[in-house]
Amino acid sequence: MNDLDDLYREIILDHYKNPRNQGILEGPAVHAEEGFNPLCGDEVKIYVKIEGDIVTDIKITGQGCSISRSSASLMSQAIKGCSIEEVKALVSRFKRMIAVEEVQGEPEPVDLREFGELAALQGVVKFPVRIKCATLPWNTLMLALDGAQAG
Amino acid sequence: MASVEVTNLANELRKDFPIFADIRNSRPFYYLDSAASSQRPMSVLDTMDRYYRHSHANVHRGVYGLAEEATGIYEAARRHLGRFIGARDPAHEIVFTKNATEALNLVAQGLGRVLLKPESHILLTEMEHHANLVPWMILQEQIGFSIDYLPFDAEGLLVLENLDALLERADILGVTLMSNVLGTLNPVSMLSRKAHEHGALVVADGAQFVPHFQTDVDQLGVDCLAITGHKMLAPTGIGALWARSEILEAMQPFLGGGEMISDVRLDGFTPNEIPHKFEAGTPPIAEAAGWDAALDYLETVGMEAISNHDRALTSYAISQLQDRLDERIKIFGPSDITKRGGVLSFELADVHPHDVAQVLDQHGVCVRAGHHCAKPLMRELGVGATARASFYLYNDEADVDALVEALLDAYRMFHS
Ligand SMILES: Cc1ncc(COP(=O)(O)O)c(C=O)c1O
Repeated sequence: MNDLDDLYREIILDHYKNPRNQGILEGPAVHAEEGFNPLCGDEVKIYVKIEGDIVTDIKITGQGCSISRSSASLMSQAIKGCSIEEVKALVSRFKRMIAVEEVQGEPEPVDLREFGELAALQGVVKFPVRIKCATLPWNTLMLALDGAQAG
Repeated sequence: MASVEVTNLANELRKDFPIFADIRNSRPFYYLDSAASSQRPMSVLDTMDRYYRHSHANVHRGVYGLAEEATGIYEAARRHLGRFIGARDPAHEIVFTKNATEALNLVAQGLGRVLLKPESHILLTEMEHHANLVPWMILQEQIGFSIDYLPFDAEGLLVLENLDALLERADILGVTLMSNVLGTLNPVSMLSRKAHEHGALVVADGAQFVPHFQTDVDQLGVDCLAITGHKMLAPTGIGALWARSEILEAMQPFLGGGEMISDVRLDGFTPNEIPHKFEAGTPPIAEAAGWDAALDYLETVGMEAISNHDRALTSYAISQLQDRLDERIKIFGPSDITKRGGVLSFELADVHPHDVAQVLDQHGVCVRAGHHCAKPLMRELGVGATARASFYLYNDEADVDALVEALLDAYRMFHS
Protein backbone atom coordinates (compact mmCIF):
# COMPACT_ATOMS: atom_id res chain seq x y z
CA MET A 1 0.00 0.00 0.00
CA ASN A 2 1.47 3.40 -0.83
CA ASP A 3 1.31 6.25 1.67
CA LEU A 4 -1.58 7.93 -0.07
CA ASP A 5 -3.75 4.82 -0.05
CA ASP A 6 -2.82 4.48 3.59
CA LEU A 7 -4.07 8.02 4.21
CA TYR A 8 -7.27 7.70 2.24
CA ARG A 9 -8.51 4.33 3.47
CA GLU A 10 -12.04 3.33 2.67
CA ILE A 11 -13.25 4.08 6.18
CA ILE A 12 -11.93 7.64 5.90
CA LEU A 13 -13.62 8.23 2.58
CA ASP A 14 -16.82 6.70 3.87
CA HIS A 15 -16.91 8.96 6.93
CA TYR A 16 -16.00 11.96 4.76
CA LYS A 17 -18.84 11.34 2.34
CA ASN A 18 -21.35 10.23 4.97
CA PRO A 19 -20.32 11.93 8.20
CA ARG A 20 -22.10 10.57 11.29
CA ASN A 21 -23.73 12.66 13.97
CA GLN A 22 -24.11 15.80 11.89
CA GLY A 23 -26.25 18.59 13.27
CA ILE A 24 -26.70 20.66 16.37
CA LEU A 25 -27.89 20.06 19.92
CA GLU A 26 -29.80 22.41 22.16
CA GLY A 27 -30.77 22.46 25.80
CA PRO A 28 -29.32 23.11 29.24
CA ALA A 29 -27.04 20.05 29.33
CA VAL A 30 -25.42 20.98 26.00
CA HIS A 31 -21.98 22.52 25.67
CA ALA A 32 -20.59 23.70 22.35
CA GLU A 33 -17.20 24.88 21.14
CA GLU A 34 -15.83 26.01 17.79
CA GLY A 35 -12.43 25.15 16.43
CA PHE A 36 -10.48 26.64 13.50
CA ASN A 37 -7.42 25.59 11.63
CA PRO A 38 -5.99 29.00 10.73
CA LEU A 39 -3.67 27.41 8.19
CA CYS A 40 -6.30 26.02 5.92
CA GLY A 41 -9.64 27.44 6.96
CA ASP A 42 -11.13 24.21 8.32
CA GLU A 43 -13.89 24.91 10.83
CA VAL A 44 -15.71 22.61 13.20
CA LYS A 45 -18.34 23.11 15.86
CA ILE A 46 -18.93 20.39 18.41
CA TYR A 47 -21.99 20.04 20.64
CA VAL A 48 -21.87 17.63 23.55
CA LYS A 49 -24.71 16.73 25.86
CA ILE A 50 -23.50 15.74 29.27
CA GLU A 51 -25.68 14.06 31.82
CA GLY A 52 -24.08 13.14 35.10
CA ASP A 53 -20.56 12.58 33.87
CA ILE A 54 -21.62 10.75 30.73
CA VAL A 55 -21.46 12.20 27.20
CA THR A 56 -24.90 11.09 26.15
CA ASP A 57 -24.97 12.79 22.77
CA ILE A 58 -22.68 14.59 20.34
CA LYS A 59 -23.35 16.50 17.13
CA ILE A 60 -21.02 18.20 14.69
CA THR A 61 -21.22 20.97 12.10
CA GLY A 62 -18.51 22.63 10.02
CA GLN A 63 -16.50 22.39 6.86
CA GLY A 64 -13.19 20.75 6.22
CA CYS A 65 -11.10 18.25 4.37
CA SER A 66 -11.59 14.49 4.36
CA ILE A 67 -9.21 14.06 7.27
CA SER A 68 -10.76 16.58 9.64
CA ARG A 69 -14.30 15.59 8.78
CA SER A 70 -13.75 11.86 9.03
CA SER A 71 -11.80 12.35 12.23
CA ALA A 72 -14.75 14.25 13.72
CA SER A 73 -17.19 11.63 12.53
CA LEU A 74 -15.16 8.69 13.87
CA MET A 75 -14.63 10.54 17.12
CA SER A 76 -18.34 11.12 17.58
CA GLN A 77 -19.01 7.40 17.23
CA ALA A 78 -16.24 6.46 19.61
CA ILE A 79 -17.18 8.71 22.49
CA LYS A 80 -20.95 8.58 22.64
CA GLY A 81 -21.94 7.01 25.93
CA CYS A 82 -18.47 7.29 27.50
CA SER A 83 -17.73 9.07 30.75
CA ILE A 84 -15.76 12.32 30.60
CA GLU A 85 -12.75 10.57 32.11
CA GLU A 86 -12.91 7.83 29.47
CA VAL A 87 -13.17 10.42 26.72
CA LYS A 88 -10.16 12.32 28.02
CA ALA A 89 -8.13 9.15 28.16
CA LEU A 90 -9.14 8.32 24.60
CA VAL A 91 -8.18 11.79 23.37
CA SER A 92 -4.75 11.37 24.84
CA ARG A 93 -4.32 7.85 23.42
CA PHE A 94 -5.56 9.04 20.02
CA LYS A 95 -3.03 11.85 19.96
CA ARG A 96 -0.32 9.40 20.84
CA MET A 97 -1.40 7.18 17.97
CA ILE A 98 -0.96 9.98 15.47
CA ALA A 99 2.26 11.05 17.15
CA VAL A 100 1.19 14.40 18.56
CA GLU A 101 1.62 14.07 22.27
CA GLU A 102 5.05 14.49 23.79
CA VAL A 103 5.71 11.18 25.45
CA GLN A 104 7.36 11.45 28.84
CA GLY A 105 10.10 8.90 29.47
CA GLU A 106 9.72 5.58 27.70
CA PRO A 107 7.33 5.89 24.76
CA GLU A 108 4.38 3.62 25.41
CA PRO A 109 3.58 1.54 22.37
CA VAL A 110 0.00 2.01 21.24
CA ASP A 111 -2.04 -1.03 20.41
CA LEU A 112 -3.94 -0.18 17.27
CA ARG A 113 -6.49 -2.90 17.93
CA GLU A 114 -7.99 -0.97 20.85
CA PHE A 115 -8.86 1.92 18.51
CA GLY A 116 -11.32 0.09 16.32
CA GLU A 117 -12.24 2.17 13.27
CA LEU A 118 -10.28 5.13 14.62
CA ALA A 119 -7.10 3.28 13.71
CA ALA A 120 -7.83 4.19 10.10
CA LEU A 121 -6.57 7.69 10.89
CA GLN A 122 -3.12 6.40 11.72
CA GLY A 123 -1.97 6.89 8.11
CA VAL A 124 -1.85 10.61 8.81
CA VAL A 125 1.47 10.29 10.67
CA LYS A 126 3.30 10.25 7.36
CA PHE A 127 1.77 13.61 6.44
CA PRO A 128 2.78 16.04 9.19
CA VAL A 129 0.74 18.94 7.76
CA ARG A 130 -2.40 16.86 7.96
CA ILE A 131 -2.00 15.92 11.63
CA LYS A 132 -3.54 19.30 12.52
CA CYS A 133 -6.57 18.38 10.41
CA ALA A 134 -6.99 15.12 12.31
CA THR A 135 -6.62 16.70 15.76
CA LEU A 136 -8.86 19.73 15.20
CA PRO A 137 -12.11 18.01 16.27
CA TRP A 138 -10.41 16.35 19.24
CA ASN A 139 -8.97 19.60 20.55
CA THR A 140 -12.34 21.25 20.08
CA LEU A 141 -14.01 18.42 21.95
CA MET A 142 -11.59 18.92 24.85
CA LEU A 143 -12.54 22.60 24.99
CA ALA A 144 -16.22 21.67 25.10
CA LEU A 145 -15.60 19.20 27.94
CA ASP A 146 -13.55 21.77 29.84
CA GLY A 147 -16.42 24.22 29.39
CA ALA A 148 -18.87 21.65 30.70
CA GLN A 149 -16.76 20.90 33.77
CA ALA A 150 -16.14 24.58 34.48
CA GLY A 151 -19.78 25.35 34.70
CA MET B 1 -2.66 30.10 -30.31
CA ALA B 2 0.52 31.35 -28.68
CA SER B 3 0.97 28.04 -26.93
CA VAL B 4 3.90 27.01 -29.11
CA GLU B 5 5.87 30.01 -27.93
CA VAL B 6 4.98 29.06 -24.38
CA THR B 7 6.95 25.86 -24.51
CA ASN B 8 9.96 27.44 -26.12
CA LEU B 9 10.38 30.17 -23.57
CA ALA B 10 10.11 27.79 -20.62
CA ASN B 11 12.34 25.17 -22.24
CA GLU B 12 15.15 27.63 -22.67
CA LEU B 13 14.84 29.25 -19.27
CA ARG B 14 14.27 26.20 -17.12
CA LYS B 15 17.91 25.13 -17.32
CA ASP B 16 18.87 28.39 -15.59
CA PHE B 17 16.99 27.24 -12.49
CA PRO B 18 18.98 24.64 -10.54
CA ILE B 19 15.96 23.34 -8.64
CA PHE B 20 14.60 21.78 -11.82
CA ALA B 21 17.82 19.82 -12.28
CA ASP B 22 18.18 18.78 -8.64
CA ILE B 23 18.63 15.02 -8.60
CA ARG B 24 16.50 14.78 -5.49
CA ASN B 25 13.76 15.93 -7.83
CA SER B 26 14.35 13.08 -10.21
CA ARG B 27 10.77 12.15 -9.47
CA PRO B 28 8.28 14.25 -11.45
CA PHE B 29 8.30 17.88 -10.40
CA TYR B 30 5.70 20.32 -11.66
CA TYR B 31 6.02 23.55 -9.74
CA LEU B 32 2.76 25.47 -9.92
CA ASP B 33 3.07 27.63 -6.82
CA SER B 34 5.05 30.67 -7.94
CA ALA B 35 2.33 32.99 -6.64
CA ALA B 36 3.39 31.83 -3.18
CA SER B 37 7.11 32.04 -4.00
CA SER B 38 9.08 31.72 -7.21
CA GLN B 39 12.24 29.70 -7.81
CA ARG B 40 15.66 31.35 -8.36
CA PRO B 41 17.96 31.31 -11.37
CA MET B 42 21.67 30.49 -11.00
CA SER B 43 22.64 34.12 -11.65
CA VAL B 44 20.86 35.24 -8.47
CA LEU B 45 22.51 32.53 -6.37
CA ASP B 46 25.92 33.29 -7.89
CA THR B 47 25.55 36.99 -7.26
CA MET B 48 24.76 36.44 -3.59
CA ASP B 49 27.59 33.94 -3.24
CA ARG B 50 30.04 36.32 -4.89
CA TYR B 51 28.86 39.13 -2.65
CA TYR B 52 29.53 37.14 0.53
CA ARG B 53 32.86 35.77 -0.73
CA HIS B 54 34.29 39.01 -2.03
CA SER B 55 32.38 42.14 -1.11
CA HIS B 56 30.70 41.87 2.29
CA ALA B 57 30.93 44.59 4.90
CA ASN B 58 28.24 46.63 6.64
CA VAL B 59 26.78 49.43 4.55
CA HIS B 60 26.83 53.19 5.14
CA ARG B 61 29.26 52.82 8.04
CA GLY B 62 32.86 52.08 7.10
CA VAL B 63 35.19 54.41 5.23
CA TYR B 64 37.35 51.51 4.06
CA GLY B 65 37.16 50.22 0.51
CA LEU B 66 35.21 47.05 1.21
CA ALA B 67 32.49 48.95 3.07
CA GLU B 68 32.23 51.36 0.18
CA GLU B 69 31.94 48.46 -2.23
CA ALA B 70 29.13 46.86 -0.22
CA THR B 71 27.34 50.21 0.03
CA GLY B 72 27.72 50.64 -3.72
CA ILE B 73 26.17 47.21 -4.39
CA TYR B 74 23.28 47.88 -2.03
CA GLU B 75 22.51 51.33 -3.43
CA ALA B 76 22.82 50.10 -7.02
CA ALA B 77 20.13 47.53 -6.29
CA ARG B 78 17.89 50.28 -4.94
CA ARG B 79 18.30 52.39 -8.08
CA HIS B 80 17.77 49.37 -10.32
CA LEU B 81 14.50 48.48 -8.61
CA GLY B 82 13.41 52.11 -8.85
CA ARG B 83 14.09 52.17 -12.61
CA PHE B 84 12.39 48.79 -13.00
CA ILE B 85 9.07 50.23 -11.80
CA GLY B 86 9.49 53.63 -13.46
CA ALA B 87 10.27 55.70 -10.33
CA ARG B 88 11.22 59.31 -11.10
CA ASP B 89 13.85 59.44 -8.38
CA PRO B 90 15.10 55.84 -8.05
CA ALA B 91 17.80 56.67 -5.49
CA HIS B 92 15.35 58.19 -2.99
CA GLU B 93 11.96 56.62 -3.56
CA ILE B 94 12.68 52.97 -2.76
CA VAL B 95 12.70 51.80 0.87
CA PHE B 96 13.96 48.26 1.36
CA THR B 97 11.90 46.19 3.78
CA LYS B 98 11.67 42.53 4.74
CA ASN B 99 8.78 41.80 2.32
CA ALA B 100 5.59 43.34 0.93
CA THR B 101 3.88 42.81 4.27
CA GLU B 102 6.40 45.00 6.07
CA ALA B 103 6.11 47.61 3.31
CA LEU B 104 2.33 47.80 3.85
CA ASN B 105 2.76 47.99 7.63
CA LEU B 106 5.22 50.81 7.04
CA VAL B 107 2.67 52.74 4.97
CA ALA B 108 -0.08 52.20 7.53
CA GLN B 109 2.07 53.30 10.45
CA GLY B 110 4.17 55.89 8.61
CA LEU B 111 1.52 57.55 6.45
CA GLY B 112 -1.77 56.47 8.02
CA ARG B 113 -0.73 57.73 11.43
CA VAL B 114 0.03 61.19 9.98
CA LEU B 115 -3.07 61.41 7.80
CA LEU B 116 -5.92 59.73 9.65
CA LYS B 117 -8.13 60.99 12.48
CA PRO B 118 -10.95 59.24 14.36
CA GLU B 119 -13.54 60.65 11.93
CA SER B 120 -11.55 59.66 8.79
CA HIS B 121 -12.44 56.89 6.35
CA ILE B 122 -10.22 54.68 4.25
CA LEU B 123 -11.34 52.48 1.38
CA LEU B 124 -10.04 48.94 0.83
CA THR B 125 -11.35 46.10 -1.33
CA GLU B 126 -12.82 42.78 -0.26
CA MET B 127 -10.20 40.95 -2.32
CA GLU B 128 -7.17 42.24 -0.39
CA HIS B 129 -4.55 39.90 1.02
CA HIS B 130 -4.36 40.01 4.83
CA ALA B 131 -1.18 42.06 4.34
CA ASN B 132 -3.28 44.97 3.05
CA LEU B 133 -6.04 44.50 5.63
CA VAL B 134 -4.58 43.77 9.03
CA PRO B 135 -2.04 46.66 9.16
CA TRP B 136 -4.98 49.04 8.63
CA MET B 137 -7.03 47.23 11.27
CA ILE B 138 -4.17 47.56 13.74
CA LEU B 139 -3.97 51.28 12.99
CA GLN B 140 -7.74 51.50 13.30
CA GLU B 141 -7.48 50.13 16.84
CA GLN B 142 -4.91 52.82 17.60
CA ILE B 143 -6.72 55.77 15.98
CA GLY B 144 -10.35 54.78 15.49
CA PHE B 145 -11.12 55.71 11.84
CA SER B 146 -13.62 53.80 9.63
CA ILE B 147 -12.84 51.28 6.91
CA ASP B 148 -15.10 50.94 3.84
CA TYR B 149 -14.78 48.08 1.38
CA LEU B 150 -15.28 47.80 -2.36
CA PRO B 151 -17.01 44.48 -3.08
CA PHE B 152 -16.40 42.22 -6.07
CA ASP B 153 -18.89 40.41 -8.30
CA ALA B 154 -19.35 36.78 -9.35
CA GLU B 155 -16.67 37.25 -12.02
CA GLY B 156 -14.20 38.45 -9.41
CA LEU B 157 -14.26 42.04 -10.69
CA LEU B 158 -14.52 45.05 -8.38
CA VAL B 159 -18.00 46.55 -8.19
CA LEU B 160 -17.51 50.25 -8.75
CA GLU B 161 -21.08 51.54 -8.44
CA ASN B 162 -20.49 53.47 -5.23
CA LEU B 163 -16.90 54.33 -5.99
CA ASP B 164 -17.33 58.09 -6.13
CA ALA B 165 -19.31 58.30 -2.91
CA LEU B 166 -16.84 56.06 -1.09
CA LEU B 167 -13.81 57.92 -2.42
CA GLU B 168 -15.40 61.24 -1.54
CA ARG B 169 -15.08 60.46 2.16
CA ALA B 170 -11.84 58.42 1.95
CA ASP B 171 -8.35 59.71 2.66
CA ILE B 172 -6.63 56.54 1.45
CA LEU B 173 -7.54 53.89 -1.12
CA GLY B 174 -5.75 50.57 -0.59
CA VAL B 175 -6.01 48.17 -3.52
CA THR B 176 -4.14 45.21 -4.90
CA LEU B 177 -2.95 45.43 -8.50
CA MET B 178 -3.67 41.73 -8.89
CA SER B 179 -5.59 39.33 -6.66
CA ASN B 180 -3.57 36.37 -5.42
CA VAL B 181 -6.74 34.22 -5.35
CA LEU B 182 -8.91 35.33 -8.27
CA GLY B 183 -6.10 36.50 -10.53
CA THR B 184 -8.10 39.67 -11.18
CA LEU B 185 -6.17 42.61 -12.61
CA ASN B 186 -7.77 45.68 -11.07
CA PRO B 187 -8.22 48.89 -13.13
CA VAL B 188 -5.77 50.77 -10.96
CA SER B 189 -4.95 53.65 -13.36
CA MET B 190 -8.61 54.60 -13.41
CA LEU B 191 -8.99 54.08 -9.66
CA SER B 192 -5.99 56.33 -9.00
CA ARG B 193 -7.34 59.08 -11.22
CA LYS B 194 -10.69 58.96 -9.42
CA ALA B 195 -9.06 58.77 -6.00
CA HIS B 196 -6.96 61.84 -6.74
CA GLU B 197 -10.03 63.73 -7.99
CA HIS B 198 -11.48 63.15 -4.54
CA GLY B 199 -8.25 63.94 -2.75
CA ALA B 200 -7.43 60.37 -1.63
CA LEU B 201 -3.99 58.78 -1.81
CA VAL B 202 -3.56 55.35 -3.39
CA VAL B 203 -1.64 52.54 -1.69
CA ALA B 204 -1.17 49.66 -4.13
CA ASP B 205 -0.20 46.09 -3.31
CA GLY B 206 2.09 44.98 -6.15
CA ALA B 207 3.18 41.64 -4.65
CA GLN B 208 1.54 39.60 -7.43
CA PHE B 209 1.54 42.08 -10.29
CA VAL B 210 5.11 43.39 -10.40
CA PRO B 211 6.71 39.94 -10.94
CA HIS B 212 4.56 39.36 -14.03
CA PHE B 213 3.86 42.69 -15.75
CA GLN B 214 5.78 45.71 -16.94
CA THR B 215 5.18 48.18 -14.10
CA ASP B 216 5.19 51.95 -14.39
CA VAL B 217 4.17 53.78 -11.23
CA ASP B 218 3.49 56.97 -13.19
CA GLN B 219 1.16 55.25 -15.56
CA LEU B 220 -0.59 53.46 -12.67
CA GLY B 221 -0.84 56.81 -10.93
CA VAL B 222 -0.46 55.26 -7.47
CA ASP B 223 1.22 57.01 -4.55
CA CYS B 224 2.70 54.00 -2.76
CA LEU B 225 3.52 50.52 -4.04
CA ALA B 226 4.47 47.46 -1.99
CA ILE B 227 6.67 44.82 -3.64
CA THR B 228 8.20 41.56 -2.48
CA GLY B 229 11.39 40.03 -3.88
CA HIS B 230 10.82 36.30 -3.43
CA LYS B 231 7.93 36.16 -5.87
CA MET B 232 10.12 37.63 -8.64
CA LEU B 233 13.18 35.35 -8.66
CA ALA B 234 14.91 37.24 -5.83
CA PRO B 235 15.80 35.86 -2.38
CA THR B 236 13.40 35.74 0.56
CA GLY B 237 13.90 38.37 3.25
CA ILE B 238 13.69 41.45 1.08
CA GLY B 239 10.83 43.59 -0.18
CA ALA B 240 10.34 47.25 -0.88
CA LEU B 241 8.06 50.20 -0.56
CA TRP B 242 8.06 52.69 -3.39
CA ALA B 243 6.45 56.05 -2.68
CA ARG B 244 6.75 59.46 -4.28
CA SER B 245 9.42 61.44 -2.49
CA GLU B 246 6.97 64.06 -1.13
CA ILE B 247 5.06 61.25 0.52
CA LEU B 248 8.14 59.62 2.00
CA GLU B 249 9.16 63.06 3.31
CA ALA B 250 5.78 63.45 5.02
CA MET B 251 5.79 59.96 6.54
CA GLN B 252 6.86 59.27 10.10
CA PRO B 253 9.55 56.71 10.76
CA PHE B 254 8.18 53.32 11.77
CA LEU B 255 11.09 51.28 13.06
CA GLY B 256 13.71 53.10 15.12
CA GLY B 257 17.40 52.30 15.53
CA GLY B 258 20.72 52.75 13.82
CA GLU B 259 20.94 53.98 10.24
CA MET B 260 17.54 55.72 10.28
CA ILE B 261 18.78 58.75 12.25
CA SER B 262 20.94 61.72 11.46
CA ASP B 263 21.33 62.69 15.13
CA VAL B 264 20.40 61.25 18.51
CA ARG B 265 20.54 63.20 21.74
CA LEU B 266 19.35 62.08 25.14
CA ASP B 267 16.21 64.15 24.67
CA GLY B 268 15.33 63.04 21.17
CA PHE B 269 16.44 62.23 17.62
CA THR B 270 16.51 63.72 14.15
CA PRO B 271 15.59 61.26 11.42
CA ASN B 272 17.89 60.58 8.51
CA GLU B 273 17.04 61.62 4.97
CA ILE B 274 14.75 59.53 2.77
CA PRO B 275 14.87 56.66 2.09
CA HIS B 276 17.26 55.90 4.95
CA LYS B 277 14.95 57.22 7.65
CA PHE B 278 12.84 54.08 7.15
CA GLU B 279 15.66 51.56 7.12
CA ALA B 280 16.53 50.94 10.74
CA GLY B 281 19.40 48.56 11.45
CA THR B 282 21.59 46.53 9.12
CA PRO B 283 19.63 45.91 5.93
CA PRO B 284 19.43 42.75 3.77
CA ILE B 285 22.52 43.55 1.66
CA ALA B 286 23.16 40.21 -0.05
CA GLU B 287 19.43 39.93 -0.71
CA ALA B 288 19.48 43.35 -2.39
CA ALA B 289 22.37 42.18 -4.57
CA GLY B 290 20.36 39.05 -5.42
CA TRP B 291 17.31 41.13 -6.27
CA ASP B 292 19.45 43.29 -8.57
CA ALA B 293 20.51 40.13 -10.45
CA ALA B 294 16.89 38.92 -10.58
CA LEU B 295 15.89 42.22 -12.20
CA ASP B 296 18.65 41.74 -14.79
CA TYR B 297 17.29 38.30 -15.53
CA LEU B 298 13.70 39.52 -15.87
CA GLU B 299 14.80 42.39 -18.11
CA THR B 300 16.78 40.08 -20.35
CA VAL B 301 13.77 37.83 -20.84
CA GLY B 302 11.53 40.89 -21.12
CA MET B 303 8.48 41.63 -18.99
CA GLU B 304 6.25 41.65 -22.03
CA ALA B 305 7.41 38.19 -23.05
CA ILE B 306 6.72 37.04 -19.50
CA SER B 307 3.17 38.42 -19.38
CA ASN B 308 2.40 36.97 -22.82
CA HIS B 309 3.76 33.62 -21.73
CA ASP B 310 1.71 33.67 -18.48
CA ARG B 311 -1.41 34.59 -20.42
CA ALA B 312 -0.98 31.92 -23.09
CA LEU B 313 -0.40 29.30 -20.42
CA THR B 314 -3.33 30.45 -18.27
CA SER B 315 -5.61 30.31 -21.24
CA TYR B 316 -4.30 26.84 -22.18
CA ALA B 317 -4.90 25.71 -18.58
CA ILE B 318 -8.44 27.06 -18.46
CA SER B 319 -9.38 25.35 -21.70
CA GLN B 320 -7.77 22.04 -20.71
CA LEU B 321 -9.38 22.05 -17.27
CA GLN B 322 -12.76 22.82 -18.74
CA ASP B 323 -12.46 20.30 -21.56
CA ARG B 324 -11.19 17.42 -19.45
CA LEU B 325 -13.02 18.04 -16.18
CA ASP B 326 -16.08 19.92 -17.47
CA GLU B 327 -18.67 20.41 -14.70
CA ARG B 328 -16.49 18.61 -12.18
CA ILE B 329 -14.34 21.73 -11.83
CA LYS B 330 -15.21 25.30 -10.94
CA ILE B 331 -12.67 27.99 -11.79
CA PHE B 332 -12.85 31.27 -9.88
CA GLY B 333 -12.09 34.71 -11.23
CA PRO B 334 -12.68 36.64 -14.47
CA SER B 335 -13.63 34.65 -17.57
CA ASP B 336 -12.10 37.43 -19.69
CA ILE B 337 -8.47 36.34 -19.99
CA THR B 338 -7.28 39.94 -20.50
CA LYS B 339 -8.57 40.79 -17.03
CA ARG B 340 -6.54 38.19 -15.18
CA GLY B 341 -2.98 37.17 -14.44
CA GLY B 342 -1.43 33.71 -14.20
CA VAL B 343 -3.24 32.54 -11.07
CA LEU B 344 -6.00 29.93 -11.16
CA SER B 345 -8.07 29.09 -8.10
CA PHE B 346 -10.47 26.23 -8.49
CA GLU B 347 -12.73 23.78 -6.73
CA LEU B 348 -12.98 20.12 -7.65
CA ALA B 349 -16.49 18.77 -7.01
CA ASP B 350 -16.77 17.13 -3.57
CA VAL B 351 -13.01 16.97 -3.03
CA HIS B 352 -11.66 19.36 -0.44
CA PRO B 353 -8.71 21.52 -1.65
CA HIS B 354 -6.47 19.93 1.00
CA ASP B 355 -7.16 16.52 -0.39
CA VAL B 356 -6.70 17.82 -3.94
CA ALA B 357 -3.27 19.19 -3.06
CA GLN B 358 -2.35 15.95 -1.28
CA VAL B 359 -3.18 13.76 -4.25
CA LEU B 360 -1.51 16.22 -6.64
CA ASP B 361 1.66 16.03 -4.56
CA GLN B 362 1.74 12.30 -5.16
CA HIS B 363 1.92 13.15 -8.88
CA GLY B 364 4.71 15.68 -8.28
CA VAL B 365 2.36 18.60 -8.88
CA CYS B 366 2.87 21.42 -6.38
CA VAL B 367 -0.18 23.65 -5.83
CA ARG B 368 -1.33 25.71 -2.90
CA ALA B 369 -4.44 24.79 -0.92
CA GLY B 370 -6.06 26.93 1.73
CA HIS B 371 -7.43 30.41 2.25
CA HIS B 372 -4.43 32.14 0.64
CA CYS B 373 -4.28 34.76 3.40
CA ALA B 374 -7.51 36.27 2.14
CA LYS B 375 -10.22 35.07 4.54
CA PRO B 376 -12.71 37.90 3.86
CA LEU B 377 -12.44 37.08 0.15
CA MET B 378 -12.99 33.37 0.81
CA ARG B 379 -16.09 34.15 2.88
CA GLU B 380 -17.38 36.25 0.01
CA LEU B 381 -16.79 33.32 -2.38
CA GLY B 382 -18.61 31.10 0.10
CA VAL B 383 -15.78 28.59 0.44
CA GLY B 384 -13.40 27.76 3.26
CA ALA B 385 -10.50 27.08 0.97
CA THR B 386 -9.53 26.72 -2.68
CA ALA B 387 -6.74 24.99 -4.53
CA ARG B 388 -4.59 27.34 -6.60
CA ALA B 389 -2.20 26.76 -9.48
CA SER B 390 0.00 29.66 -10.59
CA PHE B 391 2.34 30.07 -13.54
CA TYR B 392 5.66 31.74 -14.22
CA LEU B 393 8.25 31.90 -16.96
CA TYR B 394 9.60 28.38 -16.33
CA ASN B 395 6.22 26.64 -16.63
CA ASP B 396 4.86 25.12 -19.80
CA GLU B 397 2.07 22.89 -21.14
CA ALA B 398 3.62 19.81 -19.56
CA ASP B 399 2.93 21.32 -16.13
CA VAL B 400 -0.68 21.97 -17.07
CA ASP B 401 -1.10 18.48 -18.53
CA ALA B 402 0.27 16.93 -15.34
CA LEU B 403 -2.12 19.08 -13.32
CA VAL B 404 -5.09 17.90 -15.36
CA GLU B 405 -4.14 14.20 -15.10
CA ALA B 406 -3.58 14.50 -11.36
CA LEU B 407 -6.93 16.22 -10.89
CA LEU B 408 -8.66 13.43 -12.78
CA ASP B 409 -6.97 10.96 -10.46
CA ALA B 410 -8.04 12.92 -7.37
CA TYR B 411 -11.59 12.99 -8.67
CA ARG B 412 -11.59 9.24 -9.28
CA MET B 413 -10.15 8.54 -5.86
CA PHE B 414 -12.93 10.39 -4.08
CA HIS B 415 -15.75 9.19 -6.32
CA SER B 416 -15.10 5.49 -6.50
C1 LIG C 1 -1.46 40.04 -3.02
C2 LIG C 1 -0.40 39.80 -1.99
N1 LIG C 1 -0.07 40.78 -1.14
C3 LIG C 1 0.87 40.62 -0.21
C4 LIG C 1 1.55 39.44 -0.08
C5 LIG C 1 2.57 39.33 1.01
O1 LIG C 1 3.84 39.07 0.53
P1 LIG C 1 4.98 38.74 1.57
O2 LIG C 1 4.54 37.52 2.30
O3 LIG C 1 6.18 38.50 0.75
O4 LIG C 1 5.09 39.92 2.46
C6 LIG C 1 1.25 38.38 -0.93
C7 LIG C 1 1.95 37.09 -0.86
O5 LIG C 1 1.64 36.16 -0.21
C8 LIG C 1 0.24 38.57 -1.91
O6 LIG C 1 -0.10 37.57 -2.73
